[in-house]
Amino acid sequence: MAEAPQQPKKSLWENVQETQLWQSIFRTGVPVTRRQRMMVVLNNVFLHLHPVRLPKHAVKIKYTWCMGGLSFFVFLVLTITGILLMFYYRPTVEYAYGDIVDLGEQVPLGIMREIHRWGAHLMVITVWLHMFRVFMTGSYKPPREFNWVIGVVLLVLTMLLSFTGYLLPWDQLAIWAITVGSNMAGAVPFVGASGPGSALLSIGDVNFIHSASDARFALLGGRFVGEGALLRFYVLHCIGLPFVIMIFMIVHFWRVRKDGGISGPT
Amino acid sequence: MDRRTFIKWTAVGWSCFAAIIGGYATMILRFMFPNVLFEPVQSFRAGFPDEYAVDAVSERWKEKYGVWIVRDKEKIYVLSTVCTHLGCQPNWLPNEQKFKCPCHGSGFYSTGINFEGPAPRPLERFKIYLADNGEITVDKTKKYQQEKGEWKDPESFIAV
Repeated sequence: MAEAPQQPKKSLWENVQETQLWQSIFRTGVPVTRRQRMMVVLNNVFLHLHPVRLPKHAVKIKYTWCMGGLSFFVFLVLTITGILLMFYYRPTVEYAYGDIVDLGEQVPLGIMREIHRWGAHLMVITVWLHMFRVFMTGSYKPPREFNWVIGVVLLVLTMLLSFTGYLLPWDQLAIWAITVGSNMAGAVPFVGASGPGSALLSIGDVNFIHSASDARFALLGGRFVGEGALLRFYVLHCIGLPFVIMIFMIVHFWRVRKDGGISGPT
Repeated sequence: MDRRTFIKWTAVGWSCFAAIIGGYATMILRFMFPNVLFEPVQSFRAGFPDEYAVDAVSERWKEKYGVWIVRDKEKIYVLSTVCTHLGCQPNWLPNEQKFKCPCHGSGFYSTGINFEGPAPRPLERFKIYLADNGEITVDKTKKYQQEKGEWKDPESFIAV
């Protein structure tokens, strides 16, 4: 009887790669061929968010400044630090300001709130620079014109997140800044009590649009910036606006791909 | 079912759907307007005229109700503490005899007339009258604006 040909001895690494556990997680094996490299990207939920292939100019810092990517990165930092701050901050007139002071003086490391604040400033800067870059490279032109519109919505949402977050420290600057800002809602035509046309919406002596029934009132939950406004801005800042901005970001990123990838010099 | 009937019932169905969604939207909108406010009332008793010194601005009700009660030689009137520029709260500076807004520097005389800074018009006054027992009563739901000539209205001051 002839002896069975001797198998070369397998290394531990090869044995691990042959286990069902390993193969159930990593389906494509070591990416050696072009096809395998492509499959690695396509089969991974996180990697597949990026295109499989990029044009050369797309990775040039000089062309994109990486401002869109940096905006998203800063947004992630703000999400993480924001969730951490929620463990200590209570949105009530009694506790809000003291909790903000404690976040700097008593909470370990004492820098989480500053990271959130600096990040918020930074995100506004990067979003504007991203918009500037897109304008200067003409990337708003067809077929990308609707993605520009979505970008403008994202810019407005970034501003609203800054505005709602501004009230939460509950110091004099916050209260009066939001008083001034929310008075704009009261000056909206027809639905603001001090806006033009609001007096037209009345029957006889009964005025339907007054200081306790107009747009500003719905925003503040009261006639002035008080307990109701603090809670409303907190909910909008932590849940409402992040939810909306994430939906628009999904559409924004999706359309970058669907409109032919990142724009290039022509 | 023929095509005509199908389209008719489809229209009825979608109309019901739109009506229900509209109803929910109305409910959500109405939900954002609270019925009960935990704010100071709009109308309050402010004590007797004797409690207010002549030619003085009283800051007694500034924190709670957002008004100054001012008494000069002829009358008592109430001024709103809301700056007519952008809505901040000015401070009364007794040494300079003026209201000064910390936000953008608007200045007002004790009458409420603006004389410096960006404020476009004088402070507003509120309705003031004496209750049956002689107590001053302030009603913030009715306001009087100087630029509309409303400060001549006898309900905007108490003659003393």
